[in-house]
Formats: sequence, structure tokens, C-alpha cells
Amino acid sequence: MTITAPLAAAAPDSDPGRGRRLSVGPSLGLLPFLVFIGIFLVIPTVTVIVGAFQSEAGGFSLEKVRALGEETPLRALRESLVLSFTSALVGAVLGALLAYLVVTAPPTSILRRAVTSICGVLAQFGGVTLAFAWIATLGFSGLLTDLMADTFGTDPNGSSWLYELPGLILVYSYFQIPLMVIVFLPALEGLRPQWREAAVNLGATTRQYWLQVAFPLLRPAFLGSALLLFANAFAAYATAAALVSQGAPITPLLIRSALTSEIVLGQANFGFALALEMIVVVAIVMGLYAWLLRRTSRWLG
Amino acid sequence: MIGAWVWRVSRWLLLLAFAAFFLLPLVALLDFSTTIPRTGERTGAAWQSLLEDPQMTQAIKTSLLLALFTVIGMVVLLVPTMIWVKLRVPRASRLVEFLCLLPLTIPALVVVVGIKNVYAWVTYLIGDSALTLTFIYVVLVLPYAYRSIDAALSSIDAGTLSEAARSLGAGWFTVITRVITPNIWPGVLGGAFISVALVLGEYTVSSLLNYETLPVVIVLLSKSDAPQSMAASLASILFAAALLVVLSFLDRRRRTTVRK
Repeated sequence: MTITAPLAAAAPDSDPGRGRRLSVGPSLGLLPFLVFIGIFLVIPTVTVIVGAFQSEAGGFSLEKVRALGEETPLRALRESLVLSFTSALVGAVLGALLAYLVVTAPPTSILRRAVTSICGVLAQFGGVTLAFAWIATLGFSGLLTDLMADTFGTDPNGSSWLYELPGLILVYSYFQIPLMVIVFLPALEGLRPQWREAAVNLGATTRQYWLQVAFPLLRPAFLGSALLLFANAFAAYATAAALVSQGAPITPLLIRSALTSEIVLGQANFGFALALEMIVVVAIVMGLYAWLLRRTSRWLG
Repeated sequence: MIGAWVWRVSRWLLLLAFAAFFLLPLVALLDFSTTIPRTGERTGAAWQSLLEDPQMTQAIKTSLLLALFTVIGMVVLLVPTMIWVKLRVPRASRLVEFLCLLPLTIPALVVVVGIKNVYAWVTYLIGDSALTLTFIYVVLVLPYAYRSIDAALSSIDAGTLSEAARSLGAGWFTVITRVITPNIWPGVLGGAFISVALVLGEYTVSSLLNYETLPVVIVLLSKSDAPQSMAASLASILFAAALLVVLSFLDRRRRTTVRK
């Protein structure tokens, strides 16, 4: 905002060496970047926000936003929140544990390098392939399905729960745990051995050190990472879309129905309202995350 | 003594449990993609078809080209901008950082919902092709590329370098392309690697805009030829893994000189 205002008024400065403080010429160098972001990020976002408050005829209306309160979108939102919360909780706890197991190994060890690389792939690579990995494990004629059918006599057709909420939680954990390792590892690395030595010098037991020194120090980082995981799960689409091909149990899939079938709940362009709902949830969570991150960096920079 | 021993054993048991959880699905993919569904015999047909099935090879080609174009677009857009901000308009650094990290808060799904009008213009101006996804992908990879380049850029003394070059008569173009950029090359490369991995796995945007990239075709094929889509899944995971392993070595080399 601070840049665009003077841009319009001033002519480009051909001599950048002179009058550096007053010239706005250098700001022009940002123009391509700002225009690109404006077209491909800001305009779509504004379209969503405006579209959510627009009626069929084009005037202002709260119809679509009010329709978010109907049963179907509300249930999808609830399921989405449950899914995000559970997978973030599982991911945060197990991810922190794995990160601790890794951080106790020396930084150059094979174990550490292997774990961080694998975690990088699973956390950042798209969800479609991960969904298929689990279908190959627990789906029809999957590896574990056949194995369990042979040994325990369970259903050889695969686990139908894989395509419902419990399955989504399992598959989401498969990329949430690695993400937790990646974002939480730096905080654990920042835990200085001197602090432990100081605590032990003052007569603290291991238990006291953890409860009274390490946990309080790590708490903001842990909560912040868990929030990031929550936002990540809430915004995720690919895994669920690959796993659940019909129906729309969660908000992202409801957006898919709104986009592909045009009319949901008797509302054209209902996708705008759902997308707005998504922006609001993720923005709140990411705002909290940024706040916690600032508190963390005070100690574990 | 006993405590240390118990800790060591339980540490390895826990690590084994994690390894089993993470590797089992990948082994299952390999198993599924090399088995004939009804008879249970081993076959390499699914893997072979990755290179022969025209729909699959076309999708692989599209995804690889998209990865290439996204990296080019990211480098051309982001690197000069970030260097320029650092050298000439430092007061804009917060704004650029905010904009670069914004895609973390605005999910790709939301961008897709609102992009219809923009894409009507894009297809009108440069034609309807899967490669037009490059524009959105450049936006999606911004946060990761920004962090990588920012770490490299703040580890060098860009001001002194540019003043030295300028005093020897170099223009700004030379300063950016031949003085600063070579110095932040590891950061740029790191951003490029992550971008490639992200683009190869991207499904949300391409599927909802109906373009046949690799993940989209993997899902399409899963209904007719499951082993083939399993083989493609595993192949793309391994490819991304190889990329990120290379990246981790680059990262380690950088970290020995820089501690941010």
C-alpha cells in the first residue's frame, strides 16, 4: 500500500545514484512482481470475498453467507474441524516425539539425514500419491488387507473405514507427522545443552528439568506448530479428493461439488461462500500461529 | 545405568515403529504395482506402461514441462525483485515478505474458486493449454522459494558487493545477474528443487481446472488400471525424494557457512 500511492505521482528516476531518499524510481522495479501477485493471487481472493456477498442479480446480499448455516455445509465444517483437530493432535504429538528421537542423534548421522529427507517428501509432496499408498495398503487386495485376512480372517475386501473420516485421519497423519518434524526440529535444536547443565547444577532431576525448563520453553513452539498442522489439514484437498470420489463429507470436498455441479443447496456460486469460510478459518489459525512464533523466537531463535 | 539402557532400547523400538508406519505404505505401493490382481503373479507391466501408455507419457511430459516453466517463472519474477528490494527499496521488504507468504494463508482451493475470470483472459490471450497452470503454480511455490532465497540473500553482504560492482562501472542489470545472483545460487537452487517437487505433486488446481497433469491422470487411471496408477504414484514419490535428498546435501553445505 505504501508503494502504490507515490508511484502514480512520480516520474521514473533515470539516475538512481542521486536523491536516493526522495526518489520513487526504484519502487518501479517492484511493479512486475506486484502486478503478477495482483492478478493471480489478489484478484481471485477479492473475487471470492465479493462473490460471497453478491446475489444472483449482482447486488449485495447475505443469502449465500446465510446458507452456510444450513445443515449440509455446517456438518461438512464440523467434520472438517474434527478431521483437522484430530490429525493435528496426532501429528503434533507423534511428530514431536519423532523429532526428539532424531535430535538426540548427531546432526550428520545417516538417521537424521534420512528422516529429514523422508519427512520433506511426505510433508510437501502432494496428497494424491499418499492416498494411493494407503489404498495399496488397506484397500481392496492391499498388502495389509491380504495379510490380515490370511492370519486373522478379517474382511478380505479391504477396510471401508479407509474412505471415511477415520481413514482420512490416518492418511492425513501420514503427512502431518512429517510436517511436524520439519517445523518442530529447529525449536528442539534451539534447546541449549547449557540450560540443562545449569538446571542440573542447581540440583534439578531429569524430570524437573523437563517439566520446569524444557516443556515451558517448547510450549509456544509446540502449540504454534500444531496450529500450522491444523491449517494445513483444513486447507488440504488432494488427499481427500483422491480417497473420497463421491459425496462431500468435508468442506474442501463440498467446494468441489459446488465447482463441478454449479448448484449446491439451490445456490449458484455457493463455492464463493464456502471458500470465504475457508479463508476465515485458516486466517484465524495462521494469525494465532504468527503470534506464537513471535513468542517462540524470543528464546529459541 | 539401567535407565540409560532402557532409554536406548525404547528409542530404537520407537524408531522402528515409525519406520514401519512410514515405509509400509510405500512397500504396499511397490507390491501392488508389481502384482497381477487376480493371480498374484509378479509382473513389470505396470511400470513398463508408464513409458508406453500415451496418456501417461503425455501427463508426465506436461508435469515436467510445468515444473520447468514454474521454476523459470519463479526465478525471473522473484530473484530480481528480492535483490532489488534488498538493495534499493528496503522499506518494501515487509510488504514483499507478506505477499510471498500470503499463499500459506490463502489455500490453493480458494484461488481456484476465484480464478475463473482471470483464466478466461489467460486462455483468450495465450490459448488454452495445461501449461497456463504455470501462472498459478508460480504463486503457490512463492512461500517456499522466498524462504530459501531470503536465507541465502541475508547471509551475504549484498550492499558491499553491489557498491563494489557499481564503482567499477557495472549497471544494475549486471549487478543483479552477474554479481548477486551467483552468490545466492544455493538458495535459488533450493527454492527450485522444492518448486519442482510441489508442481509434480500438485492436484488441487489442475484437477479443478480440468488439465491432465500427472496426479490427475493417476487418479483417472486408478479406476481402470489400478496397478499402473500405483506404479506412477511410487515413481513420482521416489523422484521427489531423490530431488529433496540432493537438496538436503546442498542445504548442509550452506549451513556450514550460514547460521540464520
